[in-house]
Amino acid sequence: MPGKLKAKIVAGRHLPIMDRASDLTDAFVEVKFGNTTFKTDVYPKSLNPQWNSEWFKFEVDDEDLQDEPLQITVLDHDTYSANDAIGKVYIDIDPLLCSEAATVISGWLPIYDTIHGIRGEINVLVKVDLFNDLNRFRQSSCGVKFFCTTSIPRCYRAVMVHGFVEELVVNEDPEYQWIDRIRTPRASNEARQRLIFLMSGELQRKIGLKVLEMGGNAVVGYLQCFDLEGESGLVVRAIGTACTLEKISSTLPATATHPSNSSPSKDMKDSPQAAPSTLGCRSTHSSPVHSASSRLSQGFSVSVPTLLFAGMGSGGSAGKEAGPLKALLRQQTQSALEQREYPFFPLTAFPPGFLLHVGGVVSARSVKLLDRIHNPDEPETRDAWWEEIRQEIKSHAKALGCQAVVGYSESTSICEEVCILSASGTAAILSSRFMQDGPLDTEHRFEEVVSPGCGFCHIPYDELNIPFPAQLTYCYCCRRYKVPDVLFTTIDLPTEANVTGKGCLIQARLCRTKKKAQGEGNATVISNLLPFLEYELHTQLMNKLKLRGMNALFGLRIQISIGETMLLGLASATGVYLTALPSPGGIQIAGKTPSDITYEQHISNMQKKINDTIAKNKELYEINPPEVVEEIIGSPIPEPRQRSRLFRSQSESSDEVSELDLSHGKKDAFVLEIDDTDAVEDIHALLTDFPTPAGFYSCNTEIMPGIQNWTSAIQMFTSVRVFRLNASLTSQGLNKIFSDLCENLLKSLYFKLRSMVPCCLCHLNFTVAIPEDELIQVAVTAVAMSFDKEQLLENGKQSGEKTLIKAITENDEQLQFNLELNAETPSPNPLSSPKGLSEVGSHLSARALSVDYSSFADRCSSWIEQLKLKAHTIRRGSVKTTSSMEKASPLPEGRSRSLRSNRSYSGSSVAVVKMTPLSFIPGAKIIKYLGIINMFFIRETTSLREEGGVSGFLHTFIAEVFAMVRAHVAALGGNAVVSYSMKECVFMENPNKNQAQCLINVSGDAVIFVRESELESTSVQTQSATTHTSNGAEGT
Amino acid sequence: MSVELDVFVGNTTIMDKEVYQLWLNGYTVNDAVKVRIEGGVMEECEASAEVLLSDTMDQYRTFQMCERLLHHPAKLANQLLFQIPPDRQAMLIERYYAFDDSFVREVLGKKLSKGTKKDLDDVSLKTGITLKSCRRQFDNFKRVFKVVEELKGPLVENIRQHFLLPDQLARDYAAIVFFANNRFETGKKKLLYLTFQDFAFCAGQLINNWTVGAVDNMMEDMDVDLDKEFLQDLKDLKILITDKDLLDQHKSLVCTALRGKTNVFNEMEANFKNLSRGLVNIAAKLINAKDVRDFFIDLVEKFIEPCRSDKWTSIDVNLYLTHYTNSAHILDTFKYYAVWTRYMGVIKSCILRMYHD
Repeated sequence: MPGKLKAKIVAGRHLPIMDRASDLTDAFVEVKFGNTTFKTDVYPKSLNPQWNSEWFKFEVDDEDLQDEPLQITVLDHDTYSANDAIGKVYIDIDPLLCSEAATVISGWLPIYDTIHGIRGEINVLVKVDLFNDLNRFRQSSCGVKFFCTTSIPRCYRAVMVHGFVEELVVNEDPEYQWIDRIRTPRASNEARQRLIFLMSGELQRKIGLKVLEMGGNAVVGYLQCFDLEGESGLVVRAIGTACTLEKISSTLPATATHPSNSSPSKDMKDSPQAAPSTLGCRSTHSSPVHSASSRLSQGFSVSVPTLLFAGMGSGGSAGKEAGPLKALLRQQTQSALEQREYPFFPLTAFPPGFLLHVGGVVSARSVKLLDRIHNPDEPETRDAWWEEIRQEIKSHAKALGCQAVVGYSESTSICEEVCILSASGTAAILSSRFMQDGPLDTEHRFEEVVSPGCGFCHIPYDELNIPFPAQLTYCYCCRRYKVPDVLFTTIDLPTEANVTGKGCLIQARLCRTKKKAQGEGNATVISNLLPFLEYELHTQLMNKLKLRGMNALFGLRIQISIGETMLLGLASATGVYLTALPSPGGIQIAGKTPSDITYEQHISNMQKKINDTIAKNKELYEINPPEVVEEIIGSPIPEPRQRSRLFRSQSESSDEVSELDLSHGKKDAFVLEIDDTDAVEDIHALLTDFPTPAGFYSCNTEIMPGIQNWTSAIQMFTSVRVFRLNASLTSQGLNKIFSDLCENLLKSLYFKLRSMVPCCLCHLNFTVAIPEDELIQVAVTAVAMSFDKEQLLENGKQSGEKTLIKAITENDEQLQFNLELNAETPSPNPLSSPKGLSEVGSHLSARALSVDYSSFADRCSSWIEQLKLKAHTIRRGSVKTTSSMEKASPLPEGRSRSLRSNRSYSGSSVAVVKMTPLSFIPGAKIIKYLGIINMFFIRETTSLREEGGVSGFLHTFIAEVFAMVRAHVAALGGNAVVSYSMKECVFMENPNKNQAQCLINVSGDAVIFVRESELESTSVQTQSATTHTSNGAEGT
Repeated sequence: MSVELDVFVGNTTIMDKEVYQLWLNGYTVNDAVKVRIEGGVMEECEASAEVLLSDTMDQYRTFQMCERLLHHPAKLANQLLFQIPPDRQAMLIERYYAFDDSFVREVLGKKLSKGTKKDLDDVSLKTGITLKSCRRQFDNFKRVFKVVEELKGPLVENIRQHFLLPDQLARDYAAIVFFANNRFETGKKKLLYLTFQDFAFCAGQLINNWTVGAVDNMMEDMDVDLDKEFLQDLKDLKILITDKDLLDQHKSLVCTALRGKTNVFNEMEANFKNLSRGLVNIAAKLINAKDVRDFFIDLVEKFIEPCRSDKWTSIDVNLYLTHYTNSAHILDTFKYYAVWTRYMGVIKSCILRMYHD
């Protein structure tokens, strides 16, 4: 499929003055692709040249189209000496290669120079004509869609999830080539930028090929990283999930009513009505309310049951293989999955019904010594390294009785020639429904036994053969399956999960000194330190979790950074209280010299403080679930809270802990705090965490449980801090400094964003690095989103009500069983009739719900009413949205409209481009994905002081990077970037030489979104008819 | 142990109005932090001094980076580096170009040269405005001056379009440019009682009536310079005082009209010739650039002071000037009505505006 790439250079503006004499510039442009270069005429004496060039045409292979960027260089013509470069623009033309993405790149793009930064803008037009070519041995993978988003993109549905794809390419780093000694820094930076562009292109193409081989058409959760290994080379690697995606047709929201969809198993994944009607509300698939809401892109909190799941897998040497699998189902899906080399899924959110059970976090690290990559065409060593790690992860997952790993990610940390490779994910059992060779309907009934919301918390492993120590109890939601007492995961909170109260960001921070060493010695020292580091991080996490009265962590990300004299560990996660898991016990402190009275007093003071904090936190995060109910209702619960707590504290006794130690080399550190000096420090550290100021919430996941009513005000930001340490600090001192650094950074963020209150900082992503000895760098990217307070209160009330009801169900076990019978009786037969399905339609869902709760209908009829009402609204809402989409989706039109409206709003010539690390934009609907944005920039200065010092330099650079991302998105026709992330920010300085250098790599998905309000208003007239009909269709 | 680097960059550039004002006022970061602490923002937001310092530094840096753009406000709207909502942009520009009345009084009518800029330390000392702020204001004047100096068309409109300023501020800048261009003397002791707004009002009158642009918008020349032809014509008015008959006739007409209508009739009658000579002489001399500079001091010396010492009220002044202007039309041998009206219209409004304590 060769193609023709066409580019036209229209004009420039705001060019720098290149000729001091005239204060003007004689600019011309070189357009280069591959080895072909075209030039425009010189436009003399102007800072705003109008070249209006002809179309430059490049006839190229599509392989090149994928690998190469279009390179535009703006120069100043000089008659007597060499022409001066003003700057460059690299354009990734990949989005143009996919029919569903952008069709043209057109707009003002910043002209960038690695020494001077942005120097004016250039207006270009770029198009691609692809010719069809049925060559089977093709090397290109044009047409495979890439998404950074780690969930199924909003306007698509997953037909099939094929599995893990990974690839890496290596090369020499131009910065370390001999020629670098004689070329200018600019030339060297540009060589590097270009090389990385090329390598990313190649990598993306290769991954695309793998996807095609697997029969997919898209990569979701595409994560590309660079390893700057210095002397030994440059590695670009990427992972992703291959899927077959299908654009959701804009005509009908619910495929259930679509006669063409014959296979019920297919329907289920996406249609709100189908799931409940075929399965009844006890299915694993989310309730109707859920899928409908997720489709609206902002869930309601009517979530029915919840889930939890448990335990943290240890990255250590959990040697035990999983016991006999519980279910036939599992064996089957397992076999389906086992055929894959790596059943890994970098996704963090899943289509409803995909994620069945979660086992816990699995992670693996390995320390490697880097050696020069001799032959760039043979990246075997690096491949082998990752292979090892992935195998390890796979076996950990197996030990947890799971066949898959979700929320999977890989990372590295490099210092000199030592490199830590890390991989982590969440062991899970997935439904086979989305997988190629998955079993058929027969199984569904089996799965259905699991309650909707809480299913994922049920332990996937055999309780008699627990891979790690955990207290199992019966699920607090369905009361039928065992759940662990604590659950750690790397994924987002499933939308259907039942959560009590709100969540919050929990961080464990650790800093350990280490001796300077070289080579292998160094690697050994580091390997020896790692387990301790990880153990302590887990302990801290656990303690902080309990301190907040919560019982589960989502989005757990542990980052370990190595420096010459220290190791940094930062674990971030979002803590929540999963209703299905038992309430966490408190934290108990025991002194080891009980005879000393003052000491005892000290201990008891501390204990009191801790207890107070827990109580305060519970109030803060509105965690007040089942207890209330127990008092009201009495306690038919088999394990009342008190007893369970007792039980737990017994288990905390030292002998169990030590047993843990023995069996796992890694105790799961619970409640007990033994008092040696370390522990005292720890407790202090525990209590010094600064509470979030009033009006703020924070999390590192996509959404915050308990907050739905986002306003459209969002503010994405990046903040970077570098801290210089004094020499000779103890580990404790370092710890405190590091912890304070993070806390202060958070405090600053809260202060900066105070005007957005009430607001939530979502997707808080911390990265730490040790750029050089005695320096700690912390970078944060996140988005602040405002929400509506009044509705919040309302919701709070509702959820309170909800919990009450839930608790009632929970307590009344017998009743519960009856209910299940009720609910299930209808379910065996109805699978069959698609007619009845469409007839009964959505009403059935409401009925199904009321069946579920009917026996205490008297007590909670009002709630059900509410729920029905809500279901109703939602249904109407979805009709509205989709029908309006009809109108908006003739895309060019939709785009121009949204852009126009943007412009008219802004009143300026620059279109507003929103950026967010999340996969959605509150209050808006993403109508089109335009392609992936993946940019790499280097900036260097030799006049650091003049540019405002290190802060001024970096501030400008980050602002420039944002500006370039926005400009490229706007040129693609987009008005937002979702799933934005800054994957690399490497900053080096040499203040003595007045120099600094910084590398930044960012990525995201360019999209077009339309405000929901706008959608409604623009479509109201034309749609009213449609709405009527669809309502009618649905109603009957 | 120290924070070596500390930056915050938002996709939408965050700017705190209060900090912006402190920056504009030329406060150092530390002073600004003190002011903010006193302002109570810390208690409001549970922040510490450290946080405040970090925020202030960060904002200052943002403002410094924006300053370059603020020099050409039109660029702010189509630059790509900072995403700033339009209302914010307007606020930034308006505040950046805002100035202190006490400062502008010091430099009004002075040449906007390096020399004047060097004297800004004194101005700063005298007014209590920080040197930094003085410099910014001075540079703003100069920048606006340079841009509009060469432009054709209405002055106020030019300023508004090039600097995207709100109407009132554009008018004020027009006055400043106009004063600087014509180098009107405003610093003499006798003129110190006048505020900038008094002068700005007068400048508006002059621009609207005495410049070339006032007659014909399409003219090559623009609003900044007085209409030379008109100034030349003003010499003809001398006849009002050189021709004795005319002078007497003018006096009697005015006296007849005013008799019984004012408490200062006698003083007026006694002073008529002096006052008339004063006003007509000012007119006649305006053709000399040097005398243009003394326009305001002349008005004060030749007219306002005498009236004030005779305790005229501004109603008296108004009455007098109205009749003084109108009576000339009835004079038999006086035929320069158009010039006279054009001249006296401005003189009257200027004097009335300037006639206060």
